[in-house]
Amino acid sequence: MKKLKLRFHRGYLAFPYMAVSIVFVIVPLILILIYAFTDASGAFSLESFNKFSDKGTWITMARSLIIAFLTTVLCLILAYPTALALTKIKASRRTVLLMVFILPMWINSLLRIYAVKLFFGDIAGMERGFMLTLIGMVYDFFPFMLLPIYTILTDMDKGVLEASADLGASPLETFLKVRLPLSVPGIVSGVLMVFMPTVSSFAVYDILGKDGGNAAFMDGKLFGNIVYTYFEKGYYNSGSALALALLVLILLSTVISNLITRGKTVKTGGTVS
Amino acid sequence: MKSKSGVIVSVIFLVIMIIITYLPVAILTVYSFTDSTTIGVWNGFSLELYKDLFNDSQIMEALKNTIIIGVAASALAVILGTMASIGIHHLRKVPKMIMEGVNQITMVNADIVTAVGFMLLFLFVIVIPNEYVTLILAHTVICTPYVVMSVLPRLSQLNPNVYEAGLDLGASPLRAIITIILPQLLPGIVAGFALAFTISLDDFTISTLVSSSVDTIPRYLYNKLKVKGIMPVLRALSVLIMVAVMAALAAINIVSHRAEKKKIQMEKLIGR
Repeated sequence: MKKLKLRFHRGYLAFPYMAVSIVFVIVPLILILIYAFTDASGAFSLESFNKFSDKGTWITMARSLIIAFLTTVLCLILAYPTALALTKIKASRRTVLLMVFILPMWINSLLRIYAVKLFFGDIAGMERGFMLTLIGMVYDFFPFMLLPIYTILTDMDKGVLEASADLGASPLETFLKVRLPLSVPGIVSGVLMVFMPTVSSFAVYDILGKDGGNAAFMDGKLFGNIVYTYFEKGYYNSGSALALALLVLILLSTVISNLITRGKTVKTGGTVS
Repeated sequence: MKSKSGVIVSVIFLVIMIIITYLPVAILTVYSFTDSTTIGVWNGFSLELYKDLFNDSQIMEALKNTIIIGVAASALAVILGTMASIGIHHLRKVPKMIMEGVNQITMVNADIVTAVGFMLLFLFVIVIPNEYVTLILAHTVICTPYVVMSVLPRLSQLNPNVYEAGLDLGASPLRAIITIILPQLLPGIVAGFALAFTISLDDFTISTLVSSSVDTIPRYLYNKLKVKGIMPVLRALSVLIMVAVMAALAAINIVSHRAEKKKIQMEKLIGR
């Protein structure tokens, strides 16, 4: 018995990472929670959440959500046909082409944003502001929409599509009633991978957005920018409250997407078999 | 079923998309070879910007920091992540699920939230006087999940009997892990290292908020791109970063390709 107790178990190798995760992943999240619910003196307080009764905060939040929504829709409109077109290409060439599309993902996003500024700003003559920010966002996040949709479209059972055609459906009907519904999980993960990062992104606005106080409604700062500014200036409590809101949004969208994706896979599994 | 016109339309569409995707980057690259301050004005071919780049001591210092922090953090992440993967693979169901969930947190979380969390941690709980160490630690934490992600799936492909055979033949568990499991995980570990390095190379959010004096290339870029009147030298810097990333990607592909080939050869040998 003693010998058995002392025996090395490979599961023990996970302990250092567990410790690191607790100290550097869990504790920071708890700190955000603590700072959100305390005031500058460290006493419990809901003062930080007063930020949410501030009209400016709501406006920024709304603006961020609108830009995130538009970015997501534009990425989807561009990525779905691209993914669909990729499926029509011979498999051997398809992987290379996919690489070409997702290569920018590996390049630092700052460089992509800079390139957008150079091209659309300096050469095409667009002013810094909402439109340029939106274009920057789409450039920044397009590959993240393409990848999951591409994966689901290429993994799709060709037999189901052929069956639909054989049973007399027009190509449009096959697309609307078979292909599109079957690709919903891919769309959902694409939407998730674009929407939340857009809400929390701050660099795109910093480089492409309009600064200064006389900005029109859609030209102003985004949610990520206020969080950044609060922490940069040392308002840790208000900043934490806003970061917490962001965290809750991320958590919600992750849960929702998991539910949708899981439901769908079960359903399609049922119909195919 | 396959219509030829459908394929042609697809090809045309893809070509247009590729052009749109790469046009800004192409323009950036072209204009790195001229020293004109305004884009749209071609001043003739010149390598002036690249010369300026290598003479800029601030950029060179940032480059040095980026490499030191990136290599150190990726190396630590590989050690921690590989150990963690072997451990997680052999945990019981519930702790395994918890660890896999925790591993996802920093990957799913927004950079800005991770960064402000680190900021609070390093300001008020763990105060480290050396900012290099702080940054290496922070980068290790954000890189490790990617190592786990690329190593863990490989473990379930391994034949568990080989490890047991090693133990039966008298090897200590540590020796069996080093000589039997690790070599088989090597492609995943290499891919994990590369992934970790690109994650570290990509980060400006955490570096900007956590450190006040140690500059890295992305942090430098972010601070310079924010202001009006972007320095022309940044064009050359951007192009060099892109070239470096492409070279790294090509290297990873070659390494993992070779590893895969070797594995197939080994399997053939064992089979005989």
